Amino acid sequence: MSTVIDTRNGISLKVWMGIALCGVVLAILPFALGAVGQSWVRTLNFALLYVMLALGLNIVVGFAGLLDLGYIAFYAVGAYIWAMLASPHFGLHLPFWVVLPAGVLLAAIFGALLGAPTLKLRGDYLAIVTLGFGEIVRIFMNNLDAPINITNGPQGINRVDSFSVAGFAFGRSQELFGFRVTGPEKYYYLLLLLTIIIVVMCVRLQNSRIGRAWEAVREDEVAAKAMGINTRNIKLLAFSMGASFGGVAGAMFASMQGFVSPESFSLTESILVLCMVVLGGMGNIPGVILGAVLLSVFPELLRALVIPLQRTVFGDVILDPEGIRMLLFGFALVLVMIFRPAGLWPSAVRRRELSGAKGGQS
Amino acid sequence: MEILLQQLINGVTVGSVYALVALGYTMVYGIIGLINFAHGDVVMVGAMVATTLVVAMIGADPGGVSAWFAVISALLLAIPVCMVLGWVAERYAYRPLRRAPRLAALITAIGVSIIIQNVAMMVWGRNYLSFPHIIEPLVFQVGGARISLLQILIIVSATAIMAGLLMVVHRTRLGTAMRATAQNREVAGLMGVNINTVISAAFLIGSALAAVAGVMVTTYYGVAQYTMGFMLGLKAFTAAVLGGIGNLGGAMLGGLLLGIIESLGAGYIGDLTNGVFGSNYQDVFSFIVLIMVLVFRPSGLLGERVGDRA
Repeated sequence: MSTVIDTRNGISLKVWMGIALCGVVLAILPFALGAVGQSWVRTLNFALLYVMLALGLNIVVGFAGLLDLGYIAFYAVGAYIWAMLASPHFGLHLPFWVVLPAGVLLAAIFGALLGAPTLKLRGDYLAIVTLGFGEIVRIFMNNLDAPINITNGPQGINRVDSFSVAGFAFGRSQELFGFRVTGPEKYYYLLLLLTIIIVVMCVRLQNSRIGRAWEAVREDEVAAKAMGINTRNIKLLAFSMGASFGGVAGAMFASMQGFVSPESFSLTESILVLCMVVLGGMGNIPGVILGAVLLSVFPELLRALVIPLQRTVFGDVILDPEGIRMLLFGFALVLVMIFRPAGLWPSAVRRRELSGAKGGQS
Repeated sequence: MEILLQQLINGVTVGSVYALVALGYTMVYGIIGLINFAHGDVVMVGAMVATTLVVAMIGADPGGVSAWFAVISALLLAIPVCMVLGWVAERYAYRPLRRAPRLAALITAIGVSIIIQNVAMMVWGRNYLSFPHIIEPLVFQVGGARISLLQILIIVSATAIMAGLLMVVHRTRLGTAMRATAQNREVAGLMGVNINTVISAAFLIGSALAAVAGVMVTTYYGVAQYTMGFMLGLKAFTAAVLGGIGNLGGAMLGGLLLGIIESLGAGYIGDLTNGVFGSNYQDVFSFIVLIMVLVFRPSGLLGERVGDRA
């Protein structure tokens, strides 16, 4: 206790040490996991993608309190823009500094497009409209191969360019400083950088004028309006901002996978991201990150464990491993929510609301 | 003109099924404010149980079992199974969360849905089960359009069930208690209504309707599979919202309308857009209609204006 040195800035030495430790762990993580198997590095990369998605959705659901069940549409927009502008499909191979901003911008426009007709809707009506929007985007992607082939339909677009900066390609393995660095490991650092940028943006947004306006709209829209907040613009901003993060994640997904198809952007994915946000702790950035990492790594962990575990217990694979895996996932969702209804790591405000006397809202 | 009539007949048939499922959504929503994502999967279980029983009966004695006996026993088995399922889900998954934030309950419902689907997959496998064609393929001609005996049966029995439900809700003590609980749970409790019984009853009735809908779907389309509940549930939820969620009449109207919109969309999108968009856009069409309706009536067609804190 006595080692904590409180500085005027409010950030103690202990916190700095913690950040430094996290940095070191995050920096060597892909190599440690790469020793176990490259597939774990890919899982890690997907976890980072989901962290970006969950943070984006957290702006809409957690900060502004707008239930969005079609969030994956923005991920799809980002991914498809990358795939269309940097693949042999149209013969375009534009560099990342054109494609990435284009994806982000278009995702943000789609966000506003979704927000506009839903401004008057509340709660569950909003949920179904966003869900419909997500489905509409997916159906279009699935069917826009005729009369003009834009998205190549259900086959999807393949041989998508990977991310490369000035000849440094992130897709291939190569020797760097005497180390052999694989494609997924390189992508890990790229994704980590983007994730950190998004986390910093989220933290700064939360405590900004805009963040407080979102919170006000979430708590009471009428009162927020009375306090001079332009609720229309602030809600549209939440949709666009959340969507743009989804767009970044989507573009990264397309470049990393080298392949996009409508299958990756089903409603189930939207629901999965929502589960991450709520399970982790809506509105609390560390909680959301925790939720995203847990829910993206947990199924993979189960995938690796279920078959050997059955072999040792029953001597053979009796139960369908995929079924068992999803079954446990379902039970985990139910149990976490029953025992921690505010999420695993709720924000201080929500914790206070739930533990204290519930005023006003029934 | 014949095409229009034909699409209307098909639409009303599918719409009656949507309406039955939508009623389950809307009753639960009206009383505890939960979007029960697992409701579609209850329909699926009903369809699977019915199909399994009918296949077993026909297999045991081909030709000896009358079609009506098979379908009615399938219903009599599917209804209690679904009711137990709905009751268990409410008792052990949703009840502990009654005072929790609403999104927590929503995530729980998603979890329950995943559990039901995967248990069903383990029990019945991934393949489609086909429902034997036991009901006479009797077809009547109505003004150039065709309506099958099965379609008439589905429409008539769905209408009868909905009328019965309205009677229960508006004429019986249980119905009064349900409406009171929907208005204000705390005050209803103070007036001597047993809230837990009422909520359980809503789940039991909703699940029974879901079982009937499941039997209808599997006899109509001839197949059942463990993922079928998802899309069906989604459509029914859309129907409930279209009509105004929490409103029984709204769910019925929404279900019928959605069925009709879908089949008209499937029949006419191609003509309307000169063949640019085909019938594979029928879901887009339904969702766009839904969004348009909600833009002008933010609480559905028959929904009351929701309060600001709803």
